[in-house]
Amino acid sequence: MDKMIVLMILGMGIVTYIPRMLPLVVFNGVKMPPFLQGVLKNVPYATLGALIVPGIFLINEDIWFGVIGFISALVIAWFGANVIIVVLTAIVVLSVYSLFM
Amino acid sequence: METTLVVRKSSQFRQGVQAGISIAIGYMPIALTFGLLAKTTGLGLLETVLMSMVVYAGASQYISLNLLALGTGIFEIVLTTFIVNIRHFLMSASLNEKAEQDKLWKKALYAFGITDETFSVVATKEGTVTTSYIFGVNIVSYGSWVISSGIGYVVGASLPQSLQESMSIALYAMFIGLLVPALKKHRKTIWLAGLAAIFNSVFSLVLKLSTGWAIVSATLLAAVIVEFFYKERGGVDNG
Repeated sequence: MDKMIVLMILGMGIVTYIPRMLPLVVFNGVKMPPFLQGVLKNVPYATLGALIVPGIFLINEDIWFGVIGFISALVIAWFGANVIIVVLTAIVVLSVYSLFM
Repeated sequence: METTLVVRKSSQFRQGVQAGISIAIGYMPIALTFGLLAKTTGLGLLETVLMSMVVYAGASQYISLNLLALGTGIFEIVLTTFIVNIRHFLMSASLNEKAEQDKLWKKALYAFGITDETFSVVATKEGTVTTSYIFGVNIVSYGSWVISSGIGYVVGASLPQSLQESMSIALYAMFIGLLVPALKKHRKTIWLAGLAAIFNSVFSLVLKLSTGWAIVSATLLAAVIVEFFYKERGGVDNG
């Protein structure tokens, strides 16, 4: 292995680990002010919104690819399907779609 | 007592593993392609797998290959990685509110496994999450990431083009699958996800912020605005 590459990987690993670890360790057992607690509890759902849009519409040059994937996942999830079923359905729907493209 | 505790732990772990399977599927095409690209960039098999094992962050691993190919210096690559992955700070802080109290070393250990995807799965689970559950989610996701990177390198090819394309929807579909049940239950989550989606689109497409910063600022802004709004209304309609 190239020494510089290994050094780079270790460096990347350290700077990636620090933000992942610090809050969990530093704020361990710390009671946050209520407003901040509320904000932190909001974070997961806000994150999901930001992770989905606009990324999903940009995965393919053909924007319909993302639109169809989005709608099929939304519809099947709305009817209470398990996450794994949502994932597999979206894959199958888009496989069928790309067959006809 | 001893045995019931063990049983509870192992079933929590198993639940975590099951919840992580969607992530494992979603990681496959991305990690396979990473392995393939690493090879064409000139990395060795060991280096490729080592990077997936040590860094374990998709976007920054891809970026590092790009930068290596451009002949960028190591310091710059490490700095870019830091900037791209700093968003996990917010997720870790949020997870700290959600996870059960546990020994510090255990939290420090599972913190390594925080990604956009594992965080989404763990943080949207109802109630408090246990350490065993988090480890379960982490292990399948991590395993899939590392092993698929290696396979991508060795096989030297990604999945067939059409399957690769359709599998690229997997993680997005998972995010939707996690979000929708909450949307149906709490009106607040519609505001949170909707606002963050709009902000992120503006930040990334109009203001051209990098993906990491766009996501973190959109998330934080939406979380603060919604919290402020709901607090103003005296916490009514929390459900």
